[in-house]
Amino acid sequence: MKILLDDTRRRVLRIILVALLAVFGGLSVSAPALGDSVGEEYSATVFGNVKVDGEPIAGVRIVVDGGGYTAETVTDSDGRWSIGVPEVRNYNVTLDESTLPEGISVLEGGATQEVEFGLTDRVAKNFFIGEGERNETSIFDQIVSRFIYGINFGLMLGLAAVGVSLVFGTTGLSNFSHGEMVTFGAVAALIFGVGLQLPLFIAIPIAVALSAGLGWSLDAGLWRPLRKKGLGIVQLMIVSIGLSLTMRYVIQFVIGGATEQLPGFDSPKINLFGAVALSSTDLMSMGLSIVVIIAFAYWLLRTKTGKATRAISDNPDLAAASGIDVDKVIRIVWIMAASLAGLAGVLWAYFRPGIKWDMGTQILLLIFAAVTLGGLGTAFGALIGALIVGVLVEMSGLIIPADLKYVGALVVLIVVLLVRPQGLLGRKQRVG
Amino acid sequence: MSNNEKPQKTTDLHIGDAVPGCKKKDPMLVIDHVKKTFGGLTAVDVEHLEIPSGVITALIGPNGAGKTTLFNLLTGFDTPDTGTWSFMGTSLSGVPSFKVAQMGQVRTFQLTKALSLLTVIENMKLGAKGQSGESIFRALFPGFWKKQDADIEVKAMELLKRFKLDTKKDDFAASLSGGQRKLLEMARALMTDPTLVMLDEPMAGVNPALTQSLLDHVISLKGEGMTVLFVEHDMHMVRHIADWVVVMAEGKVVAEGPPDTVMKEQAVIDAYLGAHQETDLGEVTGRINIIKGEDK
Amino acid sequence: MDWGSILNNTLAGFLTPTTIAFALAALGLAMHFGFAGLLNFGIAGFMAIGGYGYAISVLTFGLPWWAGMLVGVLGSVVFALILGIPTLRLRGDYLAIATIAAAEIARLLFLTTAFTDVTGSADGLFGFNSRPDGSGFQNSNPIPQGTYGFGPFTYNEQTLWVLVFGLIVLTVAVWFLWALMRSPWGRVIKGIREDEEAVRSLGKNVFAYKLQALVIGGVFGALGGIIYTAAQNISPGVYVTSLTFFIWTSLLLGGAATIFGPVIGAVIFWVIQAFLSNLLPALSTSGILPVSTTQASTLRFVLVGIGLMLLVIYRPQGIFGDKRELTFVK
Repeated sequence: MKILLDDTRRRVLRIILVALLAVFGGLSVSAPALGDSVGEEYSATVFGNVKVDGEPIAGVRIVVDGGGYTAETVTDSDGRWSIGVPEVRNYNVTLDESTLPEGISVLEGGATQEVEFGLTDRVAKNFFIGEGERNETSIFDQIVSRFIYGINFGLMLGLAAVGVSLVFGTTGLSNFSHGEMVTFGAVAALIFGVGLQLPLFIAIPIAVALSAGLGWSLDAGLWRPLRKKGLGIVQLMIVSIGLSLTMRYVIQFVIGGATEQLPGFDSPKINLFGAVALSSTDLMSMGLSIVVIIAFAYWLLRTKTGKATRAISDNPDLAAASGIDVDKVIRIVWIMAASLAGLAGVLWAYFRPGIKWDMGTQILLLIFAAVTLGGLGTAFGALIGALIVGVLVEMSGLIIPADLKYVGALVVLIVVLLVRPQGLLGRKQRVG
Repeated sequence: MSNNEKPQKTTDLHIGDAVPGCKKKDPMLVIDHVKKTFGGLTAVDVEHLEIPSGVITALIGPNGAGKTTLFNLLTGFDTPDTGTWSFMGTSLSGVPSFKVAQMGQVRTFQLTKALSLLTVIENMKLGAKGQSGESIFRALFPGFWKKQDADIEVKAMELLKRFKLDTKKDDFAASLSGGQRKLLEMARALMTDPTLVMLDEPMAGVNPALTQSLLDHVISLKGEGMTVLFVEHDMHMVRHIADWVVVMAEGKVVAEGPPDTVMKEQAVIDAYLGAHQETDLGEVTGRINIIKGEDK
Repeated sequence: MDWGSILNNTLAGFLTPTTIAFALAALGLAMHFGFAGLLNFGIAGFMAIGGYGYAISVLTFGLPWWAGMLVGVLGSVVFALILGIPTLRLRGDYLAIATIAAAEIARLLFLTTAFTDVTGSADGLFGFNSRPDGSGFQNSNPIPQGTYGFGPFTYNEQTLWVLVFGLIVLTVAVWFLWALMRSPWGRVIKGIREDEEAVRSLGKNVFAYKLQALVIGGVFGALGGIIYTAAQNISPGVYVTSLTFFIWTSLLLGGAATIFGPVIGAVIFWVIQAFLSNLLPALSTSGILPVSTTQASTLRFVLVGIGLMLLVIYRPQGIFGDKRELTFVK
């Protein structure tokens, strides 16, 4: 507990320091609005902006050198700087980290970076800077916190993955449009929660209900007629790809290309222990996932339709011969898969955070990785696979760059397909 | 012309007594200690088996005896847990199925694999071995393979005439009847100039009118010097054309010998009908209590 | 509604570097799926490797343009081998997932800031088609400066050079595919597409054939990426899974198991795209369609998605294909 307070105290102190520096820096520099500019006699310019967490930092020293020319300046009260250069060529831009506030440093690319002119005579160089306290958190704390975030992510993935697995198990279809069913739920929550300003505890159930409706319509209007027509599974898969494209761009048609947010996305993170900081939304989403998953497990194991679903996944002909109404059960499977996907969409909107037209497409492959890892066709396998994928994606950030964290999951997907294609819980059936 | 006379049987193939695993005078296939289990079930457990060359051998046994599994193991379509087997002296364990085929063994399938989306003549030409046009760089320039392809076509047409499929040469194989597809598969197999022809239930699903024609074709293979090994349930076919019979049950070889003597062996009858064929089934299962010594 | 300019721009779509790039990639996919039955959903990855291989060789290693293009092609061969050797024995839809994952891994590697010095990450690379030392693709342009053509088919000498070069490559590719598929090699491939075991039982090394098909199709895909890149700069945002899906649409439209189908399919796809991308915004500005212009542009992709579904449900053999020849149609 004592360590916890120290961390928080340190962080708060830092923010105060930055704010003070900004104020004092801004007061002491009597520069024009365009920032401290040097070398105005030249026609070409290298310029930039120094900010941390959206707050500009003044008084940061920037040096530009190349081709025998050197010049330097400091950032103004808006964090801006500009240096004129004699010729259009490559230059080295150095940010003097000693002039940054304590605890802030250049995060990516190093303090000296190269800049190259494009087609104009002005080129920007911005440094990615932020709290360089990453080194200060112990490895253990980082592992624990990433593990928890991974579980959070994995629970959300699991809700979506279960649907994919069930649909595959009962109909043999690899559904490439599942990502769009996830996006649909998030967009529905957006329309009702933000557009119509309904309170979240009404908007989210409406979103899930609408997703259920989507699942019903898709099976009634598309998948069941195609099954009756006798389309092969490859054809069905390509249909699902066409559907994915259609739904994706219809969603973009409706909400545009920007990222929207659900209310409460930025609720403050509460430091729980170590380096783990979760907001109340995170905790609620984890709780909700767990409750829904338990309810789903009960449905699958105890209810008649749940058992019928497993029977059909196991042996559709035998199930039909023993009197199970296969079409009705498949309809229910689609409704459940879509509802779970819609709910996963709402949770994904909080996790990202943000709602974008292609947000579902982003995680489609992760969902497939989860389902394949767990075993195509087994719902519990999909859950376990999703948790593993979630944790893997978050933990991989410890060793590989953040923008490659999905690569780990994709590599796992391929390896599983090669080594144990039936997944962890699947039955060894012909996969090749 | 169908041959309704009894085919000439070859005798005196074995060394010593006609017991399971007996040695043959001129073995083509020698199988040792081959075992294959699926989960807990032993599908195949053959100590020693030799298939004689130049004659027709039948592999029979009740359902689940392991015949098709043994077939798949011998042709490289499956891998055993243990064991070695050799074909004309060369070991085949670990050899992939396509290499086995290149060595002179060819097999047909229980569910006929006539390639429906190719024409009959294309099916036949596919069977020919050693085609230079199948190598990617030479394929580009017809000069390398046109002549060979024409020769192959001549050979294919001869076979098609023999199997009475020559009029259908440009039809897609999908348009053939089931029996005609069986014939096509057999004819295609012969394009590989095999030494050993392995037929997996050649009579399965064939209408009786076609059976004699198929039988005659199989007999003619022997006449051309090939060895034939076939799996069958049809006992008439076995009695009619087989020179040697191997009986399997529960994964093991239970009897071997010429057809007429093997069929009468107690072990074979037991295998097909079960060991308690003289006892009321109720007594065996314990449903009925029979006091010992009493007459039933 | 300026029908004149709509028509003009539509016709222009017949012959652009993008059209040729799509035709090449669709040819590659025809080899993979149409003829060999391989469900390759990673064709965008092959295109990315071709394009980046070319651009990186020129910019980072200073190779002349033709050597850079060769590197792009070789890169795709290596990618095909790495991808194929472990995955070719997988069942259809499993192979689809594996290939999508592989293409996404490739794209993410080109996108990451970790390799930004070589790949330019999100900004991509530019300035490799014309080099100050004269080794660039445009430096070898034999066409004198000027404008050529007529009406909608008007090009400057740079674009014309790309078109001429691209058309030559396309012609060679078409011949290559045609020659292969009418040979005994092609016969084996068609047999494998339908039933591998049958072909194995006749003594053919099925795995080797499938790998060869994968490599050849991959090379065509890489050439598509190269032609596309030779016309402009390269950025990772192009090589997303949507690109793969659009190429599949072009392929199925023309006829998956035909030689000219992929080419014609690509042309038709781009002409329709050009038509829609001009018509829809015009309809919106003139008030006929009650949507904004950005929405109108999005509509055209909606139509592609619907088109693909209808195509594969009602006419999976495309325009030129023979339904009897398709294995994926029941």
